[in-house]
Amino acid sequence: MTEDPKQYVEELPPSETPWQESLRLFRKDRLALVGAYVLVLLLFTAVFGKVLTEWVVVFDPEVVRLPEKFLPPLTFSSTDDVPAHDRPFGGIYLLGTDELGRDVFARMLQGSFVSLSIGFIAVGISLAIGILLGGLSGFYGNVRFGVVTVDTLIMRFTDVMLCFPTFFLILTVVALLPPSIYNIMIVIGLTSWMGTARFVRAEFLALRKQDFVVAATSVGARDRRVIFAHMVPNAIAPVLVSATIGVATAILTESGLSFLGFGVQPPYATWGNILADGKGFIFDAPWLFFIPGMAILVVVLAFNLVGEGLREALNPKLRRR
Amino acid sequence: MQAFILRNILQRLVLVFVVSILAHSVIHLAPGEPSEVDPANPRMKPEDIAKIREAFHLDAPLYMQYVYWVRDLASGELKSFKDSQPVLGKIWRRFLNSLPLFICATLLVWTLAFPTGIQAAIHRGAVYDRSTTFAAYTLISVPGFFLSYIVILWVVDLFGVPVIGLKTFGMDMAPPLFQTMDRVWHLVIPSLMSALGGMAILSRYVRSQMLEVVGQDYVRTARAKGAEEDVVIYRHALRNALLPFVTMFGFLLPGLIGGSVIFEQIFAWPGLGRLGYEAILARDFPVILTLNFIAAVLTLAGTLLSDILYAVVDPRIRTGLQGDG
Repeated sequence: MTEDPKQYVEELPPSETPWQESLRLFRKDRLALVGAYVLVLLLFTAVFGKVLTEWVVVFDPEVVRLPEKFLPPLTFSSTDDVPAHDRPFGGIYLLGTDELGRDVFARMLQGSFVSLSIGFIAVGISLAIGILLGGLSGFYGNVRFGVVTVDTLIMRFTDVMLCFPTFFLILTVVALLPPSIYNIMIVIGLTSWMGTARFVRAEFLALRKQDFVVAATSVGARDRRVIFAHMVPNAIAPVLVSATIGVATAILTESGLSFLGFGVQPPYATWGNILADGKGFIFDAPWLFFIPGMAILVVVLAFNLVGEGLREALNPKLRRR
Repeated sequence: MQAFILRNILQRLVLVFVVSILAHSVIHLAPGEPSEVDPANPRMKPEDIAKIREAFHLDAPLYMQYVYWVRDLASGELKSFKDSQPVLGKIWRRFLNSLPLFICATLLVWTLAFPTGIQAAIHRGAVYDRSTTFAAYTLISVPGFFLSYIVILWVVDLFGVPVIGLKTFGMDMAPPLFQTMDRVWHLVIPSLMSALGGMAILSRYVRSQMLEVVGQDYVRTARAKGAEEDVVIYRHALRNALLPFVTMFGFLLPGLIGGSVIFEQIFAWPGLGRLGYEAILARDFPVILTLNFIAAVLTLAGTLLSDILYAVVDPRIRTGLQGDG
């Protein structure tokens, strides 16, 4: 029997890296894929929106045109009432105008950047704190610090933070601080890191006992190398998932704060405060309410679906079924 | 078991102390004071402000303010900055208003989320599963007040359901039966709207728990011995899937304060959330502080309860975790 051993090799499925496998699984989840497309689109909108509203005059979201207030979407700007340099792009109000005659389309464009940056910065802060504390607790947890260990200290502090009702705490602090968009980002970030810290700690505790980490330590790798080269890449999957869902939560929190009047203050437009302002005109100018509301719904939904898709795709336990 | 409970209570007491210090410092370190709320009011003379500051110990050092707060809270003499009413009495009255809303919403969440989630898990990948999944994500993703406003527009015209306050104005002379019916009628929409978000999250959680359990060996054994499908699902699978939900009871209680701010504002419901919101607007430190503190204590009590329940239900916890905290 002379068989070519290569024959068997070729029948094996092509080898793929874990990331490729996750990507393949993610693509199979149609809802998550649609969500991902929406997010890419949103990212472009936000960046272009920032550029356009900042430097291109026809997209200026702050131009007040009192003769043309409360125009429904897709209305042409009438040429006699508004000076030529104040007219919107193409002379048409794609999404109508608000109570001051400002172009809702331009405001939504500006708001997309602000809303997204609130989400990203808040999540960035919460991830930084969560990974730092969780990692410290998971890796250096046994270090004694007087009577208590580092682990006890950090985890009890996390427990304390978890005791406070998050939204009420955010509301309290935001209301007491001077109104500023940065305060909102920071406060949301500072009050939402507890989940991240807990599971980063759990991941680290589990990873420390794994053979490859023990091996790395035993060949004399420094702590820094063990942590960043070996442990962090293996603990990153759940962090990614919670970050995606965290952005969604932050955008919702901002809109909730706006509803209560403690959101981002003018002149910044966010989707949350356009929606909150629009609720007063729900009968006279429903587009002021429904457009930002639907926009928030679609974007937050996209973030949630992508987050769940990632969770399924990155979780080897779910994958085997 | 007693040692387990005792140690848990002691740990919680230490946490309560830390929580109270943290709550106090968060409120007082932030800029802005009750005496600055209404600077344009010509009747607020400097001496009045000084009087207020003295009455509420605002000039004392921070740690003394903390001591005063704890002392007054413990003796029940803590007074609101705004109207000099005892804080605990105010909170108690609002608590009684919030309670029916909270109970109705919680019942709705738990009774509707379980069937939905279980069915979705049984028919994994089918149309039912996919549509409930999508619906759940939509409910999680929609801003609560946006959805509530749409529903209000729709139901008020269609069914004439009241959406403002907890009773109709001027019903005080009506017979008790009508008054009760009126109150229940007012509960419908607010409790439904505040339940939707929780329902979506819980049904997703039920689904994933059921999926976890349905693949286990003992479920296959139950099927193999010829048990009916309903018995397999509800007796063998569901009972084991229920375990983690015991811990969720702990996080229910604080929702009484934190989760209700927006919904009580939408429906003009004079409950705890609105009390907190009004207190924040007025910089009413004692009320804000006490509310935050009570919410934290409720959470701790809830987690204590769920820890004990968990130890009762799952013997592994009792024996396995004795060693560490």
